[in-house]
Amino acid sequence: MADTALDQLKRSGRVVVVGASLAGLRAAEVIREKGFAGSLTLIGDEPHEPYDRPPLSKQVLLGKADAERTLLPRRRDIDAEWRLGVAATGLDMAARTVKLADGEEVPYDRLLIATGVRARPWPNEAEGELGGVFTLRTREDGVGLARALNAGPRRVLVIGAGFTGSEIASACRERGLEVTVAERGNGPLVGALGGVIGAVAAELQRENGVDLRTGISVTALEGDSTGRVRAAHLSDGTTLECDVVVVGLGAQRNTEWLMGSGLGAGPRGIACDAGCRAFDLRGIVTDDIYVAGDVARSPHALFGYQFLSLEHWGNAVAQAETAAHNMMSESTDRRPHLWVPAFWSSQFGVNIKSVGVPSMGTEIMITQGSRAERRFTGVYGYQGRVIGAVTFDNGRWLQFYEKQIECTAPFPPPFTTVDRRPDGQRPIPADFPDPSVPTHGPTITLSGYSPADRRIATFTPAGH
Amino acid sequence: MRLVVDLNRCQGYAQCAFLAPDVFAMHGDEGLLYDPQAAAAQRERVLQAAAACPVQAILVDGLDLAATAPAAASHGEASDG
Ligand SMILES: Cc1cc2nc3c(=O)[nH]c(=O)nc-3n(C[C@H](O)[C@H](O)[C@H](O)COP(=O)(O)OP(=O)(O)OC[C@H]3O[C@@H](n4cnc5c(N)ncnc54)[C@H](O)[C@@H]3O)c2cc1C
Ligand code: SF4
Repeated sequence: MADTALDQLKRSGRVVVVGASLAGLRAAEVIREKGFAGSLTLIGDEPHEPYDRPPLSKQVLLGKADAERTLLPRRRDIDAEWRLGVAATGLDMAARTVKLADGEEVPYDRLLIATGVRARPWPNEAEGELGGVFTLRTREDGVGLARALNAGPRRVLVIGAGFTGSEIASACRERGLEVTVAERGNGPLVGALGGVIGAVAAELQRENGVDLRTGISVTALEGDSTGRVRAAHLSDGTTLECDVVVVGLGAQRNTEWLMGSGLGAGPRGIACDAGCRAFDLRGIVTDDIYVAGDVARSPHALFGYQFLSLEHWGNAVAQAETAAHNMMSESTDRRPHLWVPAFWSSQFGVNIKSVGVPSMGTEIMITQGSRAERRFTGVYGYQGRVIGAVTFDNGRWLQFYEKQIECTAPFPPPFTTVDRRPDGQRPIPADFPDPSVPTHGPTITLSGYSPADRRIATFTPAGH
Repeated sequence: MRLVVDLNRCQGYAQCAFLAPDVFAMHGDEGLLYDPQAAAAQRERVLQAAAACPVQAILVDGLDLAATAPAAASHGEASDG
C-alpha cells in the first residue's frame, strides 16, 4: 500500500498542542492512542501539569481537598515534550509555527488550540489588586481563596451569582461564614437556567443563610490603609463591610495571542467546523489547525447549527477526543462533535445537573417532583421541541431527556402523567433575561445565527 | 494517586463511598465529593471502587496503561507541584 501523507504524519510528523489543561491533555492521549509516533509538544502558560478545576470551588473550599493536589490522572503515557510556564504569543499560519514568550518558534504539522478561558477580572484594576479580592480559575486562586476562608473572615462578598459564585457562597455557608451575594440579574443562575429556576436557587440561598441581593451591582471596592479590602459600595447606595471579595463575573476567552494571525479568533472564541477544524478570518476552514474546549465555538446540528461556546468540563473532554481523532484521520474517517451539552454543579447540598441548551428554551415544564421540595426535573421547550433539561437532586432522569433532545421530541412532553404534581401540569415561560443584558456567567453562549445576536448588532450603534 | 470522577456520568449510586470511604463521600442526597489525590495506601480500595462503579465514572491514573512506572515519572520537565 502506498505511503500516504497521513502515514507519514503519524510516523514522523510534529503535533503541537497549545493549552496544557483538560482539553489539551485528553487530546494528547488520544493522539497517541491513534498511533501517532512523531513529536508531540504541549505548551502551557501555567507552570503546572494539567489539573482539574471543578474541585477548586467545591472540595477545596470545603477544606476536603488541597488546591495543589487536583492534578488530572493520566490515561496513558503521552511521551510529550512539555513547555510549561511559557505562553504562546503568536501563530504564523503560513510558516506553520507557534511563537513562544521566550522567543522560540515551534514548528507544527498539526496544531491543536485549547487555550480555554480566564476569569474576568474586576473592572477597576487598583480595586482588584486589594488584598482579600479574588477570582477563581487557577490553582493559585484556589490556594489563596482557601487560605482566606480558613482565616475566618467576618464577611465574604461574592459578586455574581453564576455557578461558580453560587458554589463559593455555598461553601462559605457550610463553613459557617457570613456571606453576601450581589447579583445584577433577578436571581442566581438565571443566565444559564432562566428565571423560574433562578427563583428556586434564590430561595435555596436564602434558606441557607446567604444574604442574597439581586438587582444590585457593586459599584466600588474600598481598601484600608494596609491595602486590604474593607468594604464594598453597592448600586442601591449602601455600603457593605467585608474582608474577602470573590469576583465571579464570568470568563474571557484566551484568544488575544492569535490577533493578527489570520485565524478566526476573537473575544467570542475560535470558530471551528463540526469536525473541530478552525476557520480562518475569511470563513475558510483550515485543515491543520484544530480547536477544543472552552475556547472553541462550533456549530451543532441539534441546535439549528448555531455556534455554541460551552464552558463545560464534559465538552472539553469530548471535543478534545473528537479533535484528536480527526487530526489523525483521513477526511472520510472524520467525526463531527455532536456531544449533547451536559453540566453539573453542587451547591447547598443539592446536585444540579443539566443537559441540552436550556438557555434556548422559551418555556419550562416541571415534569417530575416539585420545586418546593427542591427535587425536580424541569424540561425546556423551544419551538415545539425539547431543547434542554435541568434536575435538582433528580439526576437519574437526565439520560432520558438527553435522548429526547437527541431525537427532537415534541414539547410539551406528552407524558405529564408520570408524576402528577400541581406545578407539573403545564409549561410556563422559562423567563431568561434579555440576551442583550449581560448576566453573570452563563455557561453556554450562543453565537452565529441567533436572531437575538442580530438584534444586539442592529440596535446598539452609537448614534441611537 | 490521582483520580477524577466524571460527574456528568455519576448517578450517585454510592458504591465508591462504601468501598473507599476515605476517598469518596456522598454530599447531600445525590452529590459526590472525592479527594482528587488519594493517599497511595488507598490504591487498592480506589481501584475496587473504580471497578464497581456501575457507570464507569471514576478515572484513575494509568488504568489503561500497561506500563508499571508511576505516572508522571517520565514527563520531562513537568514535575508534581
Ligand atoms: C472553579 C471552577 C469550577 C468549575 N466547575 C465545573 C462544574 O462543576 N461542571 C462543569 O461542567 N465544568 C466546571 N468548570 C469548567 C471546566 O473546568 C472547564 O470547562 C474546563 O477546565 C475547560 O478545559 P479547557 O482545557 O478547555 O480550558 P482551561 O481549563 O481553561 O485550560 C486552558 C489552558 O490554556 C492555558 N493558556 C491560555 N492561553 C495560553 C497561551 N497563550 N499559551 C499557553 N497556554 C495558554 C491556560 O492557562 C490554561 O492552563 C469549572 C471551572 C472552574 C474554574
Ligand atoms: S459509584 Fe460511580 S455512580 Fe456511584 S457515586 Fe461513585 S462515581 Fe458515582
